[in-house]
Amino acid sequence: MPWLSTLMGVSVLGALGVTLVRNDKLAKQFTLVVSLIVLALTVAMAVQFSPNGDKFQFAETYDWIPQFGVHYGVAVDGIALVLILLSVILVPIVVLASWHDAEAGKRSVRTYFSLLLVLEAMMIGVFAATDVFLFYVFFEAMLIPMYFMIGSYGGAQRSYAAVKFLLYSLFGGLLMLVAVIALYTIAGKGTFMFSDLVGTIQDVTTQKWLFLGFFIAFAIKAPLWPFHTWLPDAAAQAPAGAAVLLVGVLDKVGTYGMLRFCLELFPDAAKFFTPLVITLSVIGIVYGAIVAIGQTDMKRLIAYTSVSHFGFIAMGVFAMTTSAGSGATLYMVNHGFSTGALFLIAGFLIYRRGSHFIADYGGVQKVAPILAGTFLVAGLSSLSLPGLSTFVSEFMVLTGTYQRYVVPAVIATVGVILAAIYILWMYQRTMNGPTAESVKSLPDLNAREKWVVAPLVALLLVFGFYPKPLLDVINPAVKDTLSSVSVTDPKPAVPVAQEGQ
Amino acid sequence: MNGTIQAPSIEYALLAPILVVFGAAIVGVLVEAFAPRYLRSAIHLPLTLLSLAGAFALAVWQAIKGVPTKPAAMGAVAVDGPALFIWGTILILAFVSVLLIKDEEHFVGAAAAVPGSAEEEQSLVERAAHTEVYPLLLFAVGGMLLFPASNDLLVAFVALEVMSLPLYLLCGLARRRRLLSQEAAVKYFLLGAFSSAFFLYGTALLYGYAGSVDLAKINQALGAVGGQDTLLYIGAAMLGVGLLFKIGAAPFQAWKPDVYQGAPTPITALMASGTLVAAFGALLRVFWVGLGGLDWDWRPVLYGVAILTMVVGAVLAITQTDIKRMLAYSSIAHGGFLLIGVIATGHTQAENTSALSGLLFYLVAYGFTTVGAFAIVTMVRDAGGEAWHLSRWAGLGKRSPLLAGTFAFFLLAFAGIPLTSGFFGKYAVFQAAVANGATPLVIIGVVASAIAAFFYVRVIVLMFFSDPAADGPSVVLPSRGTAAVVGIAALATVVLGVYPQPVLDLAHTAAQSLFVR
Repeated sequence: MPWLSTLMGVSVLGALGVTLVRNDKLAKQFTLVVSLIVLALTVAMAVQFSPNGDKFQFAETYDWIPQFGVHYGVAVDGIALVLILLSVILVPIVVLASWHDAEAGKRSVRTYFSLLLVLEAMMIGVFAATDVFLFYVFFEAMLIPMYFMIGSYGGAQRSYAAVKFLLYSLFGGLLMLVAVIALYTIAGKGTFMFSDLVGTIQDVTTQKWLFLGFFIAFAIKAPLWPFHTWLPDAAAQAPAGAAVLLVGVLDKVGTYGMLRFCLELFPDAAKFFTPLVITLSVIGIVYGAIVAIGQTDMKRLIAYTSVSHFGFIAMGVFAMTTSAGSGATLYMVNHGFSTGALFLIAGFLIYRRGSHFIADYGGVQKVAPILAGTFLVAGLSSLSLPGLSTFVSEFMVLTGTYQRYVVPAVIATVGVILAAIYILWMYQRTMNGPTAESVKSLPDLNAREKWVVAPLVALLLVFGFYPKPLLDVINPAVKDTLSSVSVTDPKPAVPVAQEGQ
Repeated sequence: MNGTIQAPSIEYALLAPILVVFGAAIVGVLVEAFAPRYLRSAIHLPLTLLSLAGAFALAVWQAIKGVPTKPAAMGAVAVDGPALFIWGTILILAFVSVLLIKDEEHFVGAAAAVPGSAEEEQSLVERAAHTEVYPLLLFAVGGMLLFPASNDLLVAFVALEVMSLPLYLLCGLARRRRLLSQEAAVKYFLLGAFSSAFFLYGTALLYGYAGSVDLAKINQALGAVGGQDTLLYIGAAMLGVGLLFKIGAAPFQAWKPDVYQGAPTPITALMASGTLVAAFGALLRVFWVGLGGLDWDWRPVLYGVAILTMVVGAVLAITQTDIKRMLAYSSIAHGGFLLIGVIATGHTQAENTSALSGLLFYLVAYGFTTVGAFAIVTMVRDAGGEAWHLSRWAGLGKRSPLLAGTFAFFLLAFAGIPLTSGFFGKYAVFQAAVANGATPLVIIGVVASAIAAFFYVRVIVLMFFSDPAADGPSVVLPSRGTAAVVGIAALATVVLGVYPQPVLDLAHTAAQSLFVR
């Protein structure tokens, strides 16, 4: 069964279907059903995945444009699989969370949900693409639905934020296009299939140039310091649901691209640039955290925490040890859940009070205990409290990096401490203390919102205590990737962070 | 020299598409002369559409029958693969543009009446109409067909004039903003005449150098004739000026925004698509067939022109507030991207084929999207005609989502976003250029694309993210013709963006035989 095509096909047909439904409420229910079907299908696919089988599974390859050597090629390895799972789990949650988001601006509700499903199809496609050209097509095309979601349904500064987001990403993407074309031409294989291109570029100077073309695009996407300035604007202006997908999934395409394309296609260049990337990552970790502490706007604060977290992920990718690589991949998933939960709960809070400034809140815990409690759990996961999922991945990244790069790993640890400050201080200012007059009548989470938060909290707890199923899938894929970069873990190996607690 | 003149042999069958169009144009003139006023329109429209369709069918028939390997008409006209492909493209685009012109709302009733005068009032009352637009258009199209196929410089000059003169006239016939329209016509005429003079002088100098105006003979002379290099270089440069003017390449781009803005929008659509295609066809033939041996000299110049064109087009477009001027600058920028394809031609057969087929594909993709975009411009109207000022487009997405959505889609295609035809057009050209070692040019092209994306996106922001003006323009219910144009253009943009292979194959086949000499 062509699993991956089916997943994308269901999403796209669902998107078309939503535009045909006349009634807004029905459109929402329809979207939810479609996204749940996609989730169910993905789970059905995932259980058939054999971690120690072929590298790429569920492969489908058809000629798309033979003249350019372009294929419609999709398949998943462990890394892609967990990221697709992350995407399809987040989409129904976001649909449920966005139930009333699109209504506020008197804009078309159906268009919003239709865009959401189009985006879902593209998110699956971008992770599943095994043809570099197809990856590029999804990489660029997925900007458009997100651009409209931010620009049409976002906050007061939405059009500025949307344009900034689009132009930054587009610029990076175009640089990558040059690199993609050059890769094809220099490789001279007449094909864009990833597996055929690996190892074709031997010349180190060429590798360096092509690496930069890809890397800058991914660094803007991820975003790494100093390419991050679009993210706080875009994430703060986007409706909460779109922000979750933007930070939770779209940005992961950047770090995923580094792991998949930068490392495997240009191993020598990747090694050459590693010190630079690690430095940028460490700066990002510390800078993002410090700036987050200073934010007065909740959504911007969460966005800056993500800049810090993406520093960790990029550091893990380029540390080039199995532990750090697996940790980084796991981090991508966990960060999606924990930051997603933070954005959504903050979104609920903002929806109630109508302000995104931290100063406008205080003592919410007393009037809305469930809201405050789940916010705390999500926050604690974000600051890597042991027992919550992000801890495992952050720990693996740090130990894995320490094996090779001691000083950066030590500096990065500061980020963990700063994380405690920004999260707990935000929590203290909004949830604790005397209840502010304006929030006295805030209702607690309603049934729909509980359904949104419950699965996320559950996932944070489950993967905090038992990340083994994920790691079992991720580890072989990361090992395989690193072996094609031809690095081995350094000898005096610190025992690799054991799975689970 | 015994006094007998050899009668020229003309392959009428090969030239049939051109002859059909010219024949229909002449019949159109007779209709103007003899048919009663109320009947003219009813005769012109089917005549024009049928002749274009017939010419297209003939061109297709020739392509199927097999492409000749020798120039026709005593070496004056080359009907080869690229020429047939370009003919097909021009004929389809012209057909589509005629569907737009059908809505005579766009044209003035009495062009000779002074704007605002009593005569103008009178003509409105009488519901006078210039039905001459149809034969004029057919003459222009005939010129467009001949221009890229002409294998000798004199024929090229004649074709250039046949193409341009009707267009000068048509530009001045806009029903609204008439002064602007007349200014556009005069400007276009003066600058066009100037550039034609350059072309002609270049032809004369090259004749002085090579002793022939035949492109193939000029090319043969390149290596053989010595000591006449001044004639050659100045001649080639002047020829280049004439051709680059028609393309609207910087620094010869100044006419484009004014003319595109002033001309009736359907004519703008025809110029932006058909004329551009024809001019690129001619440029390729002259520089490749005629001056191919000189490419070490012209390539660096075109390199600079391409860079300048892309940058000027993209940067100046940002400052525009008139939608048609903005599209004009966008057309300039696209001319720059297309020039990359001209430069990408190399020395091996494979490189040439890939560059040429990429260019041909780009022309098709760009042509359709452009016609569609201008068709939409005709539909957004204020009390005083088309709502030309960009600010009037604010919030259009709320009031007519389908129209605004389609226009946004065309803009994204201009910007070259994947899954639209514009992306593959750009990709094909860029790839050919990288393969030929012009990577720096491609990087500049990519940066220019990013700048260009900014102003396309700005229009989308206006339409979708801004609130509508209280007294915003109304969107007229499109006539069947206009609706068909938008539909065809949107369909072409989608299909070429998702499944470009058939057209790429066709372009590849057309390009494979390259230009006959």
